[in-house]
Amino acid sequence: MAMAALRREGRRFATPLISPNPAIALRSSIIPSQEPVSSGVRCISTQIVRNRMKSVKNIQKITKAMKMVAASKLRAIQTRAENSRGLWQPFTALLGDSASVDVKKNVIVTISADKGLCGGINSTSVKISRALHKLNSGPEKENKYVVLGEKAKAQLVRDSKKDIELIMTELQKNPLNYTQVSVMADDILKNVEFDALRIVFNKFQSVVSFLPTVSTILSPEVVEREAESGGKLGELDLYEVEGAETKSEVLQNLAEFQFSCVMFNAVLENATSEQGARMSAMDSSSRNAGDMLDRLTLTYNRTRQASITTELIEIISGASALEG
Amino acid sequence: MLRHASRCVTRAATTTLRWRRPFSSDLQSEHVADPNFIEAWKKVIPNVEPPKTPSAFMATRPATPSSIPTKLTVNFVLPYSSELSGKEVDMVIIPATTGQMGVLPGHVATIAELKPGVLSVHEGNDVTKYFVSGGFAFVHANSFADIIAIEAVPVDRIDPNLVQKGLTEFTQKLSTASTDVEKAEAQIGVDVHSALNAALTG
Repeated sequence: MAMAALRREGRRFATPLISPNPAIALRSSIIPSQEPVSSGVRCISTQIVRNRMKSVKNIQKITKAMKMVAASKLRAIQTRAENSRGLWQPFTALLGDSASVDVKKNVIVTISADKGLCGGINSTSVKISRALHKLNSGPEKENKYVVLGEKAKAQLVRDSKKDIELIMTELQKNPLNYTQVSVMADDILKNVEFDALRIVFNKFQSVVSFLPTVSTILSPEVVEREAESGGKLGELDLYEVEGAETKSEVLQNLAEFQFSCVMFNAVLENATSEQGARMSAMDSSSRNAGDMLDRLTLTYNRTRQASITTELIEIISGASALEG
Repeated sequence: MLRHASRCVTRAATTTLRWRRPFSSDLQSEHVADPNFIEAWKKVIPNVEPPKTPSAFMATRPATPSSIPTKLTVNFVLPYSSELSGKEVDMVIIPATTGQMGVLPGHVATIAELKPGVLSVHEGNDVTKYFVSGGFAFVHANSFADIIAIEAVPVDRIDPNLVQKGLTEFTQKLSTASTDVEKAEAQIGVDVHSALNAALTG
C-alpha cells in the first residue's frame, strides 16, 4: 500500500522528467494537460495525443478541400477578370491617370471580400485606404469611405465609423455581372457627393502575387478644371464632342460610365485575388497541419514506448523484489 | 514511399504548368507610374509601399504621327471580352447619338456617345457588323479608336421574330405607361427594338 503510494508519488515527479523529452518539438499546451491525467493512472495516457492527432487530421482534410474549391473558383473567375481588363484602358488612355490630383471631396471606395481565410488581402486594402485618407487630409478637405465587403467593414467601422458613407455586402451571392455592378455604381453616384473617387482593390497578377491598386475617377467638374489648367488632361479640349446634349452632359455620362466600367474590373480582380489568396492560405495551412501531424506521431510513439518501458520496469522490479 | 514521391513530383509539375499561363492582356507594361503620387505618398506614409495605379498596367499609346497613317487601330471592348484589340482596319462606322459616324485614319480627335445601333468594321473588302447597345467611342489624334459598349452581337445572330415581338410589346407598354420611370423604360425598349429592326433590314 505504502509502496504503491510511493510509486505514485515517484511517478508524479517522474512524468515531468519524461514528458519534456518527447515534447521538445511540441507546443507547450500539451505538457500541462498530460500531468493531471497521469497522476494516479498506471501508465501515461496516449489518449490526449491521439485525440489531438485526429483533430489535426480533420483540419488538414478540411483545408485541403477548401483549397480545391478555391482553385476551381479561381479558374472560372480568372478568365472573366482577364477578359474585362480591356474595359478600363480606353478611359486611362483618354483621361490619363490622375492619382495625384488635389481635390476637396475625396471618396475612397474600398473593395474587400465577404468571407475570411483569404490571407492578408483585406488588411492590405484597408491599410491602403487609411493611408489614402491620411495622404489627402488637410484643411477644407474631406475624405469619406464607401465600403464593399464584410471584412473591410469590420476593420473600418472600428475607428472611422463617422467617415463611412455607404456599406455594401454580399456582392458575390449571385455571380458577378455588369448589370449588378452598374446598379451599385448608380447607387454610389446618387448618394455620395464627390470630386474624386478612389477605388482601392487588389489586382490579380498571379496566384501568389496580388498588387494593391488605386484607380482614380474624377467628377466632370474636376475634369473640366484640370483640362483648363493643362497637364495630362490639357489635351481634352482638343477632342470634339459628339453627343445630342451639351458637352458637360456628355462629360457627366462619361464619368458615370467610366466609374461603372472601372468598378466592374476592380470587383472582378478583387474576387480573383480573394480566391487566389484563399488557395495559397489553405495550402500552407494543410502543409502546416501535415507537419504538426508528423511531430504528434513521433510524440505518440515515444509516449507509447515510454509507457511500455515503465510497465516492464515495474514488472521486472516487482519480480526481482519477490525473488531477492 | 516511392509512389508517393512520384505523385508529389507530378502534382508539383502539373501545378506549375497550369499556372504559368501567359497574361497576354497586360504586363507588356511600361511601368509609367504617376511620379507625383508616389512622391507624395512616400512623404506622408514612408513605411507602406505605394499602391499601383492603372497607368502602370497599360502600354503607352504612340504619339501623334506627323503624317496621316494608312490604317486605323481599333480597340473594341465589352465588359466580358475584348472583341477587337489593336486591330488595324481601314474604316469603322459607329452609331453615335448624332447619327452614323464614319471614322477614317487621321480623323479629328472625338469623344462620341453611342446609341443602340450597328457598328461596322471595314477591313479591305470584309465588313463585320455588330449590333451594339449604348456606350462611348473615343477617337484619338494618333488614329487609335476605342469603342466601349455594354453588349454587342454580330448582326446575323439576331432573330427577326423576337425583334418584332419585342417591338410590339414595348410600344404597347409605352402607351399604357403611367409613371415617368415606366415611360422611360418603355421608350428605351422601343428605341432599341426599332434600331434592331433597322439593323436587320439595313
